[in-house]
Amino acid sequence: MKRLVKKHPLAIRWFHWINFPVLALMIWSGFLIYWANDVYRIGFADTTLLKFFPQSFYEALNINGRMAEGMSYHFVFMWLFFINGLLYVLYTIFSGEWRYLLPNKHSFKEAWQVLLHDLHFRKIAPPQGKYNAAQKIAYTSIIVMGFGSIITGLAIYKPVQYGWLCTLCGGYTVARIIHFTLTIGYCLFFLIHIAQVLRAGWKNFQSIITGFDAEDVKVAETEEEKITDAA
Amino acid sequence: MKKEKLYTRREVMRKTIISFAEFTALMGAGTATWLYIKNLPPDNGLLGGVQPPIRDVLTANENIFSHSLSNDHLANSYPKSDAEINPRVNGNVGLQSDLDDTWQLSITMKNGDTLALSLNDIKNLPKTELVFDFKCIEGWSMITYWGGVKFSDFISAYHLNDEAAMKYVGMSTPDTDYYVALDMLSAMHPQTLVCYEMNGMPLTIEHGYPLRMIVPVKYGFKSLKRIGSVYFDNEKLPDYWFERGYDYYAGL
Repeated sequence: MKRLVKKHPLAIRWFHWINFPVLALMIWSGFLIYWANDVYRIGFADTTLLKFFPQSFYEALNINGRMAEGMSYHFVFMWLFFINGLLYVLYTIFSGEWRYLLPNKHSFKEAWQVLLHDLHFRKIAPPQGKYNAAQKIAYTSIIVMGFGSIITGLAIYKPVQYGWLCTLCGGYTVARIIHFTLTIGYCLFFLIHIAQVLRAGWKNFQSIITGFDAEDVKVAETEEEKITDAA
Repeated sequence: MKKEKLYTRREVMRKTIISFAEFTALMGAGTATWLYIKNLPPDNGLLGGVQPPIRDVLTANENIFSHSLSNDHLANSYPKSDAEINPRVNGNVGLQSDLDDTWQLSITMKNGDTLALSLNDIKNLPKTELVFDFKCIEGWSMITYWGGVKFSDFISAYHLNDEAAMKYVGMSTPDTDYYVALDMLSAMHPQTLVCYEMNGMPLTIEHGYPLRMIVPVKYGFKSLKRIGSVYFDNEKLPDYWFERGYDYYAGL
């Protein structure tokens, strides 16, 4: 027999699965826009270690020469991204779900232990609630990043009307760099997230769709219950 | 002890399958909606139009964000020494034909009359200078230094108040190859200039000699070079880049 343990509330599952395609569209349309002035790179002086992005990347994703299309999608899906993110934050606040998600003063130390454990340098993972310390930091950071994308996005979108916001972000050029860097951050988050989901296995993955974890209950335990109930 | 509902392996499997079926159906519906919108025919008659539902949202964005447009919200200005000596030239549509020696600025008035002005007529109006961060829709920006006449000063100097009471002003190059439309609020913004100088010198051909617009509250493609004619309307006027899939408003 199995006992169903509630894991992810329905609302959170909706927010998660709306966010996934919407953020994917935002990143893709962002690349369509960025292509028109693709000046960012990682390097020093004249040495470029990584150019954002190589021509092969644009060709593989069919990104060349589609800026207008990118802008039109970006400024439509921004609303879904913003509203979904806002509802998620409000939900976590009012449902109390934030308790599982917000890191505390021990989280950074524990996250390090989680990392060592995940990399097989440490045998025992620190005790955890619904999410381990590394997850808490990651899932909270991603919300802060989302907030950053919206703020820097608005600063770039209307740099004269929201000039104060643009100044707050360090100016137009800096706001654009932050906006881009956050996007690369989402891509890295996605890669790690996928790797961790694959590592955690089916039982973990299915819970973001079904909402529950099915735990085995020993037959003996069940029968014991029956006896107790009868008595 | 609290009574707890227990499930057989089969029941758990059934619940899981139902959840996955619902999930797949919803994801499928989302994808189908996206593909449906993406494959709709674009705005009628445009070269690179946008699908109507997408355009509706962009128009809604314009309505929302045009509220924050104000004569009090100014683009940052900079010292002249910060200005780029050789600003980037990005586009020569409308500048390819030879400039006629008899160039005049031609303004179509509300009553149908045409007002023809020479460059000296414009230069005789009160001069305004502006050093600001010119922003291209491609993503780059550059500090540039311009000299000319506020569009609003030009309007009042020639008593074009009836014209400025209309919703849109359009402009085109003399060969009519390039044309832009501006909402009147943006055109009348105190930093919107009709320019004849860059870096304290007469405009060069590639920067729009003899007369060009500088519209700091819009992306650069709205700052028409080599103005030939100016006209007004209450209906949306043709816009070169709008017809190629870009936002009509393009406000900053």
